[in-house]
Amino acid sequence: MTPFRSHRGILATLDRANVDTDQIIPKQFLKSIARTGFGEGLFFDWRTLPDGKPDPAFELNAPRFKGASILVTRGNFGSGSSREHAVWAIQQYGFKAVIAPSFADIFRNNSGKNGLLTVELKEPEVEEIFQMAGRYAGLEATVDLDEQRVTLHLPEEISFHFEMDATVKEHLIHGLDAIGLTLKRAEAIAAFEKTHDSQIT
Amino acid sequence: MSKTLFEKIWDRHVVDAAPGGAALLYIDRHLVHEVTSPQAFEGLRLTGRKVRRPELTFATMDHNVPTDDRFNIKDPISRAQVEALEKNCREFGVTLYDLKSDKQGIVHIIGPELGLTLPGTTVVCGDSHTSTHGAFGTLAFGIGTSEVEHVLATQCLTQKKPKSFKVEFAGRLAGGVTSKDMILKLIGMIGTAGGTGHVLEYCGEAVRALSMEARMTVCNMSIEAGARAGMIAPDDVTYQYIAAGNRPFAPKGAAFDKAVAEWKKLPSDPEATFDRSLTINAAEIAPQVTWGTNPGMVLDVTAKIPAPDAVPGANPKDVEQALAYMGLTPGTPITDLRLDTVFIGSCTNARIEDLRAAAKIFKGRKVAAGVKVLVVPGSQQVKAQAEAEGLHEVFRAAGCDWRQSGCSMCLAMNPDQLQSGERCASTSNRNFEGRQGKGGRTHLVSPEMAAAAAVEGHFVDIRNWK
Repeated sequence: MTPFRSHRGILATLDRANVDTDQIIPKQFLKSIARTGFGEGLFFDWRTLPDGKPDPAFELNAPRFKGASILVTRGNFGSGSSREHAVWAIQQYGFKAVIAPSFADIFRNNSGKNGLLTVELKEPEVEEIFQMAGRYAGLEATVDLDEQRVTLHLPEEISFHFEMDATVKEHLIHGLDAIGLTLKRAEAIAAFEKTHDSQIT
Repeated sequence: MSKTLFEKIWDRHVVDAAPGGAALLYIDRHLVHEVTSPQAFEGLRLTGRKVRRPELTFATMDHNVPTDDRFNIKDPISRAQVEALEKNCREFGVTLYDLKSDKQGIVHIIGPELGLTLPGTTVVCGDSHTSTHGAFGTLAFGIGTSEVEHVLATQCLTQKKPKSFKVEFAGRLAGGVTSKDMILKLIGMIGTAGGTGHVLEYCGEAVRALSMEARMTVCNMSIEAGARAGMIAPDDVTYQYIAAGNRPFAPKGAAFDKAVAEWKKLPSDPEATFDRSLTINAAEIAPQVTWGTNPGMVLDVTAKIPAPDAVPGANPKDVEQALAYMGLTPGTPITDLRLDTVFIGSCTNARIEDLRAAAKIFKGRKVAAGVKVLVVPGSQQVKAQAEAEGLHEVFRAAGCDWRQSGCSMCLAMNPDQLQSGERCASTSNRNFEGRQGKGGRTHLVSPEMAAAAAVEGHFVDIRNWK
């Protein structure tokens, strides 16, 4: 996994609550057996018109969000299916971090396994970022995982602190291989298996 | 110390404490399907790792499977995904119930059928509806592909302990009201993020009165409330289900009696405390119909489509968007909504009891003119049972299309899809935009409500219909 320490980039806003993984990556893109090529499928049904051209009415198609790498959105982002393809699509489209008031559990887990940072801020803080991103085209922010801080690069900078699970933070900062780490505990697993009944016939 | 059902199972599966407060949790059953596993097996291949416990790992293909000519997958990408699963199971020694198997079906339907789902165990699958298995007093939850690879390689997962949430359904359901209405009612009350970070335990008189299959419907949609898992303590209904039928992986004879003695220790202790709790009066639950684009946007069948500013807890802008997508005008009675398609199927409602309930409605009646009805059994075993009982003849005589098993139009990865603008009454679990086909409009209901809607061409209140 690619380590995540700190990232500075342009903010893009998506003003919808409960964005589900069926919207993030529609089903027709789930058939691939590879881990790449999902970027073009991100929000596909929202981003494109029936003729395949970009829908100018969809927020992320706005020219001012070109090159954005931090997505700001509303609560319960990533609800629905467990498809990790949703995380791959967001990353492969170019986003390094997502900021929202809350995330669905499986989506947040999947993000942590892939080096996509999910930043949970309080609702009024997210609202403030929406306001600022609306006012200043091309607004940049820095998401610093070490310091657990989001900074908006305004003429007068604003910062927000965020909470982060210590285990997830360590994995992200060092880009750890979770499976490799668990395999180092193979002795403990084998000892557990000696007495544990998995009830298999 | 008093413990909840969830805590008892959790504690029995902690291998050791991982750094930072998380636990390394042992997994007893790993169910695998074709969509979320290819990249996980590829990961094992690239790192030279093996499947640690292939005898605890079981696979089937369900998402991409055509429900008409199942051996003729026309979409080459779908076919490649199905073939990848066959190859991966062969290479890594995993048991596969493939399209030729009479035990193939939707992964969450075949687990219980085969006796793989047992009380007190942990079950995971790269699929959010793994919560279904919680109906047995099992800790079961969905995971992503990275975690699928982790379980394949280590038989463990690093997990932070979720909180507990007790949901009591007090009293009895009214006639015509089902377990689907119970879970939709709950999601309507707490919202699609209401259970985030929690494991739900369903209890109360109305839950105890449910059959095993009806309990699975409740637990299945726990994820739609955002919950990590949903569970129901095992009881005689559970033990009888496990003992009945041909369940090759269920304990038998003396082993069964010994297992039951252990399972009886699982229910939450009377003094156990939960982080949250909620009581719902089951007698007051009406048949539910979703009107919007997430399962929390749900109302009694007697209600009218709400105005954008009349939905508690929702942003009016989001409601407006949902109404526009669904093509609905506020003030329209739900029973006035005319349907193009009815889908009876999915891991939520495609077990034999669901098909019997639908067939009872269709018997001696005809599907309304202009309505297409697709009935898709959840597994080949459900299909065989339904055909042995003659249910397929009832469906066909009414004008329904009787199909082979698979996920089908629940998520429309196979050719079973809605056309843009089509309105569908569906027994599945998600009414997200485009879920059943781009531009398709989904209303989630029980099998009885779906069948009656098919006959009338619009929704009806099943409690006083005919």
